[in-house]
Amino acid sequence: MAAARTLFEKVWAEHVVAEETPDTPAVLYVDLHLIHEVTTPQAFSMLQEQGLKVRRPDLTLATMDHSTPTTPVSSFKDLAVVGESAANQIAQMEANCEEFGIELLGFDSEHRGIVHIIGPQLGATQPGKTIVCGDSHTSTHGAFGALAFGIGTTEVGHVLATQCLLQRKPKTLAINVTGQLGKGVSAKDLILAIIGQIGVDGGTGHVIEFRGEAVMAMDMDERMTICNMSIEAGARAGMIAPDEKTIAYLTDRPRAPKGADWDAAVSRWQLLKSDDGAEYDRSVSIAADRLGPMVTFGTNPGMVIGIDEPVPTDRGNPSFEKALQYMQIEMGKPISETEVDVVFVGSCTNSRLSDLKQAAELLRGHKIADGVRMLVVPGSQQIKKQAEAIGLDQVFTAAGAEWRESGCSMCLGMNGDTVARGKLSVSTSNRNFEGRQGIGARTVLASPMTAAASAIAGHVADPRRYLP
Amino acid sequence: MLTISQFESRSVVIPTRDIDTDQIMPARFLTTTSREGLGEYLFHDLRLDSEGNPVEDFVLNLPEAEGCEILVGGNNFGCGSSREHAPWALLDYGFRAVISTEIADIFRSNSLKNGLIPIVVDAETHDYLLSNPGIMLAVDVARSTLTLPDGNVVHFPIDGFARYCLVEGVDQLGFLRKQLDSIQQFEEARSWTP
Repeated sequence: MAAARTLFEKVWAEHVVAEETPDTPAVLYVDLHLIHEVTTPQAFSMLQEQGLKVRRPDLTLATMDHSTPTTPVSSFKDLAVVGESAANQIAQMEANCEEFGIELLGFDSEHRGIVHIIGPQLGATQPGKTIVCGDSHTSTHGAFGALAFGIGTTEVGHVLATQCLLQRKPKTLAINVTGQLGKGVSAKDLILAIIGQIGVDGGTGHVIEFRGEAVMAMDMDERMTICNMSIEAGARAGMIAPDEKTIAYLTDRPRAPKGADWDAAVSRWQLLKSDDGAEYDRSVSIAADRLGPMVTFGTNPGMVIGIDEPVPTDRGNPSFEKALQYMQIEMGKPISETEVDVVFVGSCTNSRLSDLKQAAELLRGHKIADGVRMLVVPGSQQIKKQAEAIGLDQVFTAAGAEWRESGCSMCLGMNGDTVARGKLSVSTSNRNFEGRQGIGARTVLASPMTAAASAIAGHVADPRRYLP
Repeated sequence: MLTISQFESRSVVIPTRDIDTDQIMPARFLTTTSREGLGEYLFHDLRLDSEGNPVEDFVLNLPEAEGCEILVGGNNFGCGSSREHAPWALLDYGFRAVISTEIADIFRSNSLKNGLIPIVVDAETHDYLLSNPGIMLAVDVARSTLTLPDGNVVHFPIDGFARYCLVEGVDQLGFLRKQLDSIQQFEEARSWTP
């Protein structure tokens, strides 16, 4: 009988072109290469300098998301890129895709959006695939049982030229989530709690498999939120075994297999789960039913507490003290007393339709507090359209929030959507690093529900207060 | 590709733990289409104030940091974004090695592909390096050793293939392209196509 294998080991083994040896890494085949404007220009330049072609343009999909303007426009022709170098980078992306024959979902495409939103939405993200992108949040696609991870620009060049990567096999880490999440507590709160528990380096060198009752009870949007932030624990990738929800999600998506190919794919996908008795290099457990809404208080996603808790005390730890000084947050004080200037609902972590619905349900019938600016940025133009079809845009604008075009926006502030120096933002994005949302900006990471509650209250607020 | 085997330098220390690639290379400078000249953005928002003047007490602005090629960081250096601009900026600024107790996966991979040596040391050596900034250190990539001023030699882990490429000046893409026949055979033999 064959040895019991983990989900990761099954996907890895199916993509090894050449096995690793002590002297050489494995040659790993890539099934889907997603590319965007920021991390590819130098890779295309390298191809041009060496006179190389893109080996599999048909397995390469491009979009533009990072420096995309999100100011509402009536036609894509009115999208005005902020800054000359960003405009140049976008023009170069269009020229490179044209030259190398790569499909670009550009400004004129109804399918454009954040790269990690559109892959699943199109059905290009599928169980058992290897998926890479010059972007650390590529881990998102692991929610489908794909092996998906971020790479650097040199590696983007390797994949463009050969459709392969040189990789050492990572270790495996099982995270078992027991119980069920309570009302007002979401996937975002769970992944923040996990990062708080294992640390921002807790997953280094490992591929995480998220398992257990709470994970399998989640819909695909929530599973994507979980896998998205695997990298914030330092992990190489995050994965969740595909099940009937995965298959239902992919059914009839434009790029999902059709007809007999679909049936064959589903049969293959159903085998993609860790065998009973499969061994992981490490295992961690966390109880979902004990969790409340979580928020960060420091300058990395591991500095996280329950929303009703006081900020921890760690005097004499210089990194900790420096983080709190930057955040202008005091040890021992309830985090809920923190006043809010900006609320951002968006990013590849939390900009899917269900995220927008959760934020809108809380906001319905409320106004955001005086002096608070709230931006709602859907993850793709498709999500924007779906949200408008059910009137979510009206809920947001009636509450006083801004309803925008899709893109990465204020998650990293490359497109002109930034938080001003010293201002505090409650954000549904993934990183609260110093300066991430703007120079001197202070970021509190939270779920869409907590973000909406905080917008109403004008301070960091527990969403359970506002739930119907 | 350049070969990299041995070098010596004084160290400069930024003791903060979890230094992320957003601090190393802020996102707003990623609109460049070049990999050259990114040193001017290195630690930009820690190094320069809002007027663009040097922050006096930031370590890289001190006279003794001049010419230092080895950066000692707190635990878990290089976490966060996959931007290769981070090692490009460090190299352009003049750094050749980064030392910590732990170095984030993507940053380490990006560094090795560009000749920036990621050096992971034990906690005791790390404490010594953190509390003794400015000491002369010698790095030998081929032997994977870091030599301290007292003559103590610390071995550091480095992937054998990455080390071979650095020392022999082997281009990894060239190595991968030699596998193109195997890659084609793999594609033809698959039971399903992506």
